[in-house]
Amino acid sequence: MEFYDIVVSILGSTIRLSIPLLFTALAGLFTERAGVFDIGLEGKMLAAAFASACVAYVTGNAWLGLLGGIGVSILFSLIHGFASITNRGNQIVSGVALNFVAAGLTVVLGQAWFGQGGRTPQISGEARFSPITLPFVDAMRDVPFIGPLYVHVISGNNILTYLAFLAVPITWWVLFRTRFGLRLRAVGENPGAVDTAGISVTWLRYRAVIVAGFLCGFSGAYLSIAQSAAFIKDMSAGKGYIALAALIFAKWKPVPVMFACLLFGFLDAFANFMQGKAVPGIGEVPVQIFQALPYILTCILLAGFIGVAHPPKAGGVPYTKER
Amino acid sequence: MSTASVPLPNWITYGLMPLLNLLVAFFISGLVVWWIGEDPLAALKLLIEGSLGRGDAIGFTLFYATSFIFTGLSVAVAFHAGLFNIGSEGQAYLGGLGAALVALALDRYVPWYVTMPFAVIGAALFGAAWAFIPAWLQAKRGSHVVITTIMFNFIGAALMVYLLVNVLIVPGKMAPETRTFLPGGQLPKLDWLMAWFGLKLGPAPFNVSFLIALVMAFLVWVLIWRTKLGYEMRTLGISPSAAIYAGIPYGRTVIIAMLISGGLAGMMALNPVMGASARLQVEFVGGAGFVGIAVSLMGRSHPLGIVLAALLFGILYQGGADLSFEMPNITREMIVVIQGLVILFAGALEYMFRPAMVHLYQRLKRA
Repeated sequence: MEFYDIVVSILGSTIRLSIPLLFTALAGLFTERAGVFDIGLEGKMLAAAFASACVAYVTGNAWLGLLGGIGVSILFSLIHGFASITNRGNQIVSGVALNFVAAGLTVVLGQAWFGQGGRTPQISGEARFSPITLPFVDAMRDVPFIGPLYVHVISGNNILTYLAFLAVPITWWVLFRTRFGLRLRAVGENPGAVDTAGISVTWLRYRAVIVAGFLCGFSGAYLSIAQSAAFIKDMSAGKGYIALAALIFAKWKPVPVMFACLLFGFLDAFANFMQGKAVPGIGEVPVQIFQALPYILTCILLAGFIGVAHPPKAGGVPYTKER
Repeated sequence: MSTASVPLPNWITYGLMPLLNLLVAFFISGLVVWWIGEDPLAALKLLIEGSLGRGDAIGFTLFYATSFIFTGLSVAVAFHAGLFNIGSEGQAYLGGLGAALVALALDRYVPWYVTMPFAVIGAALFGAAWAFIPAWLQAKRGSHVVITTIMFNFIGAALMVYLLVNVLIVPGKMAPETRTFLPGGQLPKLDWLMAWFGLKLGPAPFNVSFLIALVMAFLVWVLIWRTKLGYEMRTLGISPSAAIYAGIPYGRTVIIAMLISGGLAGMMALNPVMGASARLQVEFVGGAGFVGIAVSLMGRSHPLGIVLAALLFGILYQGGADLSFEMPNITREMIVVIQGLVILFAGALEYMFRPAMVHLYQRLKRA
């Protein structure tokens, strides 16, 4: 039974580590499906984490914190849109720029406002999203096999975790069952056709980046006021890029995105678990292998060895209405 | 009416507009400083004094600038071929391994000037090798080089930490770094160059790699504008379909451009690894690869522009470090903000002022 306890504990942390990836990858799904590359996911997540922590600390309310994170993240999205949609600038350059602005500004402002080397003060109580205990936990505790799974993996997460999994079917529905979704996907494949149909390419793409900002707000808030209890310098730590990798790994489809995020979250959880432990016959596996594995897998996928990934055709190309 | 097709004279396109973009970036940086309750002009004064006021300050400024020249050239060479190499950071990291292996192998036996050419080749080879797989994937499999180079930055970082912690570490020591190179594996300081100008270098690690960087800048200029390969790369960068139609081999040109780009990034490692700390350390690149993007964009991918932009960023890095001592409210990360704003305005928003410029220019011409 001890082995099963370990499995349950790894699955529990898999969920916790996947959530920020999931929100962020879904955000990237919206923009990239609309033909706007978004390298700036990392920066949006970081800025949102900082804003959430600040607002939650000042107001003492986690929901207001989340709202603050969403607001700042959408602001970053709008700058990205202004540069890459309105001014037809290079989308990758714009994303890289916003990542730097976020990485720098969060520390500069954090130090100026709180004087703790870029950290925000500790956040507690109502200002945080605390774990929720689902009903019947006590009754389920003694049920073999399913019991621990229910108590430690399914129950005991915070509200944002459940929202993240809810966001997956909603994203699918919006993208594949609504008129907005159809047009959004069309604008990523052939903006000229959308324009000919009399639909504004610019406004559609702006809506896509705003949705992405909205979702990144959740992932940022998750980092600073749900998973941790403060904003810490560079706390996104490359998760935006892993989310981007998950998005590509899932071939720009919502449900596979969820599984890719869970896989990468699992690798992270497994690496933490394996730290300092020896595998029989092999010895200690370096933790760096697990850290690099999401990226290696994505590169192998991109090389076309695990099926073929078809990115949206108009991705990265600014749309020029007329010459 | 669309203003995109109206031609503007070169002094506006290459002089006035970049300058204007830069000024806006600095203006907003000033606003940030003002927002956190400090005086932007006083901060600017401290920044300039801290980077250009004394001999050792200038030495540090030039030391940083050296790294940025290499990475800026790296980004620019790929950019001319229409490739966006975000992987200079990882290529420089691996380049450090090449330089360190040469230094560790030779420093006992030969003086520095014998080690140096081998170290240059070693650093360039390792950097180029790290760019090869993304290049090959782009050329043969059509995977986007931006994504793969980002992935390779992370893979490279993991690999280097593994090597430093498990393989290259000095047995019995805690710090994940190689042993200190003997003088045969170090690049000497350029105190004599500073002495020409009556300046004292002091503790600043300004070293011979600066001269290597200048040579490379010249060679890149020759490559891009004076060779067949450079012509092919530029054609590919402007129009891949035209290049293929003209018989330029797409795959080969992409791979060669990325190898050169990676090699230049790798050489950046000479400066911190052999010129300053005399050992290979974790995260010695410290973001210089990403600064290269800003430098290349600001310098409009021209070697001369890159050298000037690298100097500016050297001033920002050294001055910013000094500034954070004088005004503790302004942390070193302020440089990162400025860097981001420069990339935003000089890169992504480079044409923001073009319509206004066109109107102004046409009105002036009519008058």
